[in-house]
Amino acid sequence: MADGATRLFIPRDMAALALGADGVVAAVERETAKRGLALDIVRTGSRGLLWVEPMVEVETPHGRIAYGPVSARDVADLLDADMLNGGAHSLRLGRPEDIPFLAKQQRLTFARCGVIDPFSLEDYRAHGGMAGLERAAAMDAAAIIDEVKASGLRGRGGAGFPTWIKWDTVRKADADRKYIVCNADEGDSGTFADRLLTEGDPFTLIEGMTIAGLATGASKGFIYSRSEYPQAFEALQRALAVARRRGVLGASAAGSGKPFEIEARLGAGAYICGEETSLLESLEGKRALVRAKPPIPAIKGLFGKPTLVNNVLSFAAIPWIMANGGKAYADFGMGRSLGTLPVQLAGNVKRGGLIELAFGATLRAVVEEFGGGTLSGRPVRAVQVGGPLGAYFPERMLDIPLDYEAFAAAKGLLGHGGVVVFDDSVDLAKQARFAFEFCAVESCGKCTPCRIGATRGVETMDKVIAGVQTERNLNLVRDLCEIMTDGSLCAMGGLTPVPVMSAITHFPEDFSKGSRLSVAAE
Amino acid sequence: MSLIKELDYGTPIRLSEDEVTLTIDGVGVSVPAGTSVMAAAMSMGTKIPKLCATDMLEPFGSCRMCLVEIEGRRGTPASCTTPAENGMIVRTQSDKLARLRKGVMELYISDHPLDCLTCSANGDCELQDMAGVVGLRDVRYGKEVANHFETDSPLALPVDTSNPYFQYDPAKCIVCNRCVRACEEVQGTFALTIEGRGFDSRVSAAGVSFLDSDCVSCGACVQACPTATLMEKTVVEHGQPEHSTVTTCAYCGVGCSFKAEMQGDKVVRMVPYKGGQANEGHSCVKGRFAWGYATHKDRITKPMIRETITDPWREVSWEEAINRAASEFKRIQNDYGREAVGAITS
Ligand SMILES: Cc1cc2nc3c(=O)[nH]c(=O)nc-3n(C[C@H](O)[C@H](O)[C@H](O)COP(=O)(O)O)c2cc1C
Ligand code: SF4
Ligand code: SF4
Ligand code: SF4
Ligand code: FES
Repeated sequence: MADGATRLFIPRDMAALALGADGVVAAVERETAKRGLALDIVRTGSRGLLWVEPMVEVETPHGRIAYGPVSARDVADLLDADMLNGGAHSLRLGRPEDIPFLAKQQRLTFARCGVIDPFSLEDYRAHGGMAGLERAAAMDAAAIIDEVKASGLRGRGGAGFPTWIKWDTVRKADADRKYIVCNADEGDSGTFADRLLTEGDPFTLIEGMTIAGLATGASKGFIYSRSEYPQAFEALQRALAVARRRGVLGASAAGSGKPFEIEARLGAGAYICGEETSLLESLEGKRALVRAKPPIPAIKGLFGKPTLVNNVLSFAAIPWIMANGGKAYADFGMGRSLGTLPVQLAGNVKRGGLIELAFGATLRAVVEEFGGGTLSGRPVRAVQVGGPLGAYFPERMLDIPLDYEAFAAAKGLLGHGGVVVFDDSVDLAKQARFAFEFCAVESCGKCTPCRIGATRGVETMDKVIAGVQTERNLNLVRDLCEIMTDGSLCAMGGLTPVPVMSAITHFPEDFSKGSRLSVAAE
Repeated sequence: MSLIKELDYGTPIRLSEDEVTLTIDGVGVSVPAGTSVMAAAMSMGTKIPKLCATDMLEPFGSCRMCLVEIEGRRGTPASCTTPAENGMIVRTQSDKLARLRKGVMELYISDHPLDCLTCSANGDCELQDMAGVVGLRDVRYGKEVANHFETDSPLALPVDTSNPYFQYDPAKCIVCNRCVRACEEVQGTFALTIEGRGFDSRVSAAGVSFLDSDCVSCGACVQACPTATLMEKTVVEHGQPEHSTVTTCAYCGVGCSFKAEMQGDKVVRMVPYKGGQANEGHSCVKGRFAWGYATHKDRITKPMIRETITDPWREVSWEEAINRAASEFKRIQNDYGREAVGAITS
């Protein structure tokens, strides 16, 4: 590293790596050595503009200038175009903060992601990190929770449960030991915000969990990550080591006088491991079987002790809230959905990526303004929101605002904020079948409606698709959906009917034998 | 004489100083705090349908037959896993609940062989009982569906007859987990588990045969099983018992209570008696299964006396035997003092 050397930021995020970011680094090193240029390469996380990854940024006197998508082949050409001084090039995207996709977002949780060196505590502090924890360390537990309450934060893992209530329940529980558990299992198809954050800004998660420890009286935290995310797990290990070395974690966490330690664990690799009670079973080293509630984890959780389970994004919202005040966070959003939602846009879109928005923005804005419509160029036909257990909405319903209550009223859910776009080649009968199939594959097998029902759902949908007694079998699917919705032990079986029924309700034409698509496909 | 049927409260009896009072189907009832809604209902004689719950085991909440409606609560909570609370207003019957229970039963039966008449549990099967209670008349999922019972089904597994006392027939399993939990909670052996996920889930003695597993043949799983899946071989062979007597195990000093379940004078099986204060419905392999001595030719069935150890035994009446024991105790106490007589049992 040379003093005064130009700083070049190249992501090490999983998506960027998959798109050749390491090759870009090698090419840069080779080409700059050839030219005798001094460079300081900083590996960052991703800003979440996935369609321009690897997005390379160079620090110039006029701020950072982004180029992307950069491949190793482009490097020599870019250097010739004086990229290191922000020179013009067809890949030049300009100042990142001016790129409309970023400029139109409200980045609170993701403010630092893709900007800083994920493992530099100095960088983290320089960008506002640790202010929340330092403030919390001087407050009493109830006051911290009051701040979380004022923020209106609701769980970002899927259920949207008021975060402060869980925190307060754990705080008030009388026990010799309490735990903080971060749900980083991120199993929803089309979602990646937890991963982006853990790879790009892990200190935010660590800070949020430590504040939770102070607020609840827990002294030990676990992060349940997944084997499909090797970079995220490695990033956590590295960041945790730094946090321990620097006293953020330890006998007196961040100088609070209270102990707090965090351990990262790798998950058992099933979707159901993300359900909080089966996650706890899995953390205890058992089969990931869902537990009946009550008792809720906040009363009797990990190893029978009061346990706070929150999603990565819920914890990661906390440092901003503690630094700027709950009230400031609640100034974003609408109704009872306050603050920001990190939306993850994927599927058939031109511009997929992370879009952190204040609640209240419309789904149409996400799909059209940010996403730029379908990649195929064909019309949008359906948008599934909230992961595999979320509803399929037709194009005409896209004006629905991002709001927990509005989505519930439309018989859907926001879930973890995943948005997957389909063009007019999608067959919703096949998607309904897929919803049952997903449930059949991922069911823990504990309760009857889900264990047997999901498999029967696949079989009955097969009959519907084949045109065998269509009306009768469609009615059977409807009856089955009622049994699964009201009878299942957990939301896996309980919400599988959401995609199924939304497909039947909004796209009835796909469910009668002779629908254009099944005919076309045959 | 008839078969002794013990009440099953569905969840363990809770002891507590505190009482809670709730209303179930319009009738008030008070139970110790911690009691489940299911057990509270049973305490007033209302049997809520159930399959995975039994009062020897902690509630599990998997079968979803016991759903109820509770005023002010969302959805249809399971009565076995919901503790009774003061002021609760519970409904155990409604059109919605009837639909749900029938729908769940329809799912069960869609993966169950319809051979009740030739089944070893015929007449003593909770699945059969519940199908009757919910009024299931039709299974609409059709014949050619994934199942565990047709011999040519890729999911079918052979009957495991390796254990000398009972068999395991996976075709009939409803995956209620009662056996797995009985092995853990009642016996503490942890020999059983569920293998596979979702529809594939099946009970397994940790991947090996029952005989090769850690199973100690206590029979707790067999007793817990609501179907014919885990069944005493004697019942498979002879059929269901028709009357029973409560008795005490003749082996060791624990003195476990049993129901000797019989056909005529023939014991069909010995089932640990829940009312037995020494064993509370559990036992070891000896009392449960090793009762072949009951009809062994060497079994002593009449009292006998001999004067000295070298004399042959002489059959006597009960009266003579008891009088003889009493008079000998008296004599020894007279000769050597009261404390010369002691007792030891094993
Ligand atoms: C089948 C299933 C899968 C789930 N997967 C996840 C997951 O991957 N990550 C997550 O945070 N929550 C997941 N949840 C939700 C969790 O059970 C739980 O509500 C959440 O972790 C609580 O955190 P929050 O209050 O911060 O949202 C899942 C729920 C179900 C039913
Ligand atoms: S709904 Fe499915 S995943 Fe959830 S407990 Fe029941 S079987 Fe398991
Ligand atoms: S073997 Fe019997 S007790 Fe065990 S899960 Fe199957 S049906 Fe239930
Ligand atoms: S069943 Fe076993 S423990 Fe019980 S009295 Fe008989 S021998 Fe003893
Ligand atoms: S008896 Fe309550 S869920 Fe099975």
